[in-house]
Amino acid sequence: MNIHEYQAKELLHSFGVKVTRGHVAHTVIEAEQAAIKLGCKNWIVKAQIHAGGRGKGGGVKFARTLAEVSEQTERMLGMNLVTHQTGKAGKLVQKVYIQEAYDIGKEYYLGIVLDRRLEMPVIMVSTEGGVDIETVAAETPEKIIKVGIDPVIGLRSYHLRKLAYGLNLNKAQMKEFSRFIPPLYDAYQKTDASLVEINPLVLLKNGEFIALDAKLNFDDNGLYRHPEIADMRDETEEDAAELEAAHYDLSYVKLDGNVGCIVNGAGLAMSTMDIIKQSGGEPANFLDVGGNASAETVARGFDLILRDKNVKAILVNIFGGIVRCDRIAKGILEAAREIHVHVPVIVRLDGTNAKEAGEILQEANIKEIIIAHDMREGAQLAVQAAKGDR
Amino acid sequence: MSILVNNNSRVLVQGFTGKEGTFHAQKCIDYGTNIVAGVTPGKGGICHLGKPVFNTVEEAVSSTLADVSLIFVPPAYAADAILEAADAGIKLIVCITEGIPVRDILYAKKYVQHKGSILIGPNCPGIITAGEAKIGIMPGYVFQKGRIGLISKSGTLTYEAANQIVKAGMGISTAVGIGGDPIIGTNFIDLLKLFESDSDTDAIVMIGEIGGELEIRAAEYIKEHVKKPVVAFIAGQTAPKGKRMGHAGAIIAGSKGTAQEKINALQAAGVGVALSPAEVGSTLANLKEKLD
Repeated sequence: MNIHEYQAKELLHSFGVKVTRGHVAHTVIEAEQAAIKLGCKNWIVKAQIHAGGRGKGGGVKFARTLAEVSEQTERMLGMNLVTHQTGKAGKLVQKVYIQEAYDIGKEYYLGIVLDRRLEMPVIMVSTEGGVDIETVAAETPEKIIKVGIDPVIGLRSYHLRKLAYGLNLNKAQMKEFSRFIPPLYDAYQKTDASLVEINPLVLLKNGEFIALDAKLNFDDNGLYRHPEIADMRDETEEDAAELEAAHYDLSYVKLDGNVGCIVNGAGLAMSTMDIIKQSGGEPANFLDVGGNASAETVARGFDLILRDKNVKAILVNIFGGIVRCDRIAKGILEAAREIHVHVPVIVRLDGTNAKEAGEILQEANIKEIIIAHDMREGAQLAVQAAKGDR
Repeated sequence: MSILVNNNSRVLVQGFTGKEGTFHAQKCIDYGTNIVAGVTPGKGGICHLGKPVFNTVEEAVSSTLADVSLIFVPPAYAADAILEAADAGIKLIVCITEGIPVRDILYAKKYVQHKGSILIGPNCPGIITAGEAKIGIMPGYVFQKGRIGLISKSGTLTYEAANQIVKAGMGISTAVGIGGDPIIGTNFIDLLKLFESDSDTDAIVMIGEIGGELEIRAAEYIKEHVKKPVVAFIAGQTAPKGKRMGHAGAIIAGSKGTAQEKINALQAAGVGVALSPAEVGSTLANLKEKLD
């Protein structure tokens, strides 16, 4: 789960991390009030969306006067901000963060993330702050300094020294840096974060380190023990269909093609997308209705997929293990009757009671339902049907 | 022989009396798995599915000499269950539970390693040695006995692959679902090592997916150490970047962990890569024909 910058900063602040002073605003009036409350000379107005690269898209602006704060807020609220992370569609700006403008000495990058290879969290720093870290990693990987933190020993002074030496900090800066990191790492651990990114981490002219930006992602599996973080979820930032699917314990990702698919199991669902592509089509979605698919989950799957107007055909690919295919077949028939299934549905059922399932579908004799005997045939039929030549 | 489990394995089930535990433990018993006990705190002393129930793993082990544990405990308590099993000296811990926080598994895995035990999963279908022991949630009949070792990150895709292998006239020695989480107890290399030295296994099929780099490290290992033929399939060739595809670990981070880089690494290591999920069985059959 992602949260907004202003939420991340509030959360980090509660752990003792030095963050910028600022307030969130939903209207121009709130923005002005926030600016007055901050009582500083200059401000930064920052669009709050769940995506990086906001500056380049016009979502981060400097303001010298209260009038400029209002002007920028008015311009940003309601705008569709397009960045390299939002895709072409962009994201609607519904709130801004009014922040004090600081005298910046130097910018750094700081990230904490799980390293799947080392199987421990790593802290990464770089002198290349304020730029896309993926680019730094690709072009000048030697400029990224990493230390793995073994959970058995936790964060130690030598970890901090290694990072600080890597950044060429002087003695006074090192001392400040060593104060800045521990509460941040503490926040990463205690909130079940999957990513903490401070980009840029800035060294102010007064010698202090402060988080100028903050991005936090959380391990969804850990959210049950942090209800206060779960409450920060901004559902307007997420795809409505994906959210609804999650509500029913289905795993759905919308894609751009026209062949919908309903599959049991994540691996088989990914493979089904792959075989649709290999058969000359484009998958409209990833949908895993769970290893133990039921008639009910399949029906919900139809409902979700049919809302996508691009979908011209649906491939149902179920491998029945513990779950019996004849039950699934009945579920498909029921769904076809209840929901108006107006596109061809290609059904491939294999595994437990697959033969009986085939007979049930055959006997029902519904013109939209086409039986496939294996995955490849299913994909080919679905792609043909989506192209309109069946 | 086969690997990890056989008909001598003495299995206890943690979360035995719950809905999932009861349902799947019964299926394991029906398959012929030697389930000797169950553990559910607070229910010690009762008899469930004809097996004794204990409050703690330690009691269960001292009374029944169980050496394998199968875990169905809910995510919030699953890491604790793994630690308890390792502490009680269980040598093989199979954790089916999906949804365990990564932070919990990081610690649990370290402790299991420290105790010299093996953790399979979490978020996996378990292990089956065909005709001997089913310690998991897979449909047993799909895994007809044969001489192919199967390692997979996925559930239903494993059944699909086993089904294709059987339809191609072969069968399974042992199949291990290693799980789809970002951190898993046992990876491809650990199992490739076991299958390579298993006299009941002639060839190995590995099913991977996007996310992480376990498949790439497996490819490096195969090149140096595996003499038996290996066939692989990698799911998610069409998966978009930055989106989690069902499994917690199935995500392309930046440009890392794509199916293509894994396929390239495996092909470079001499592995027969099935590009289509429908061709796992036929790729294996062709490879074996060439070698015979």
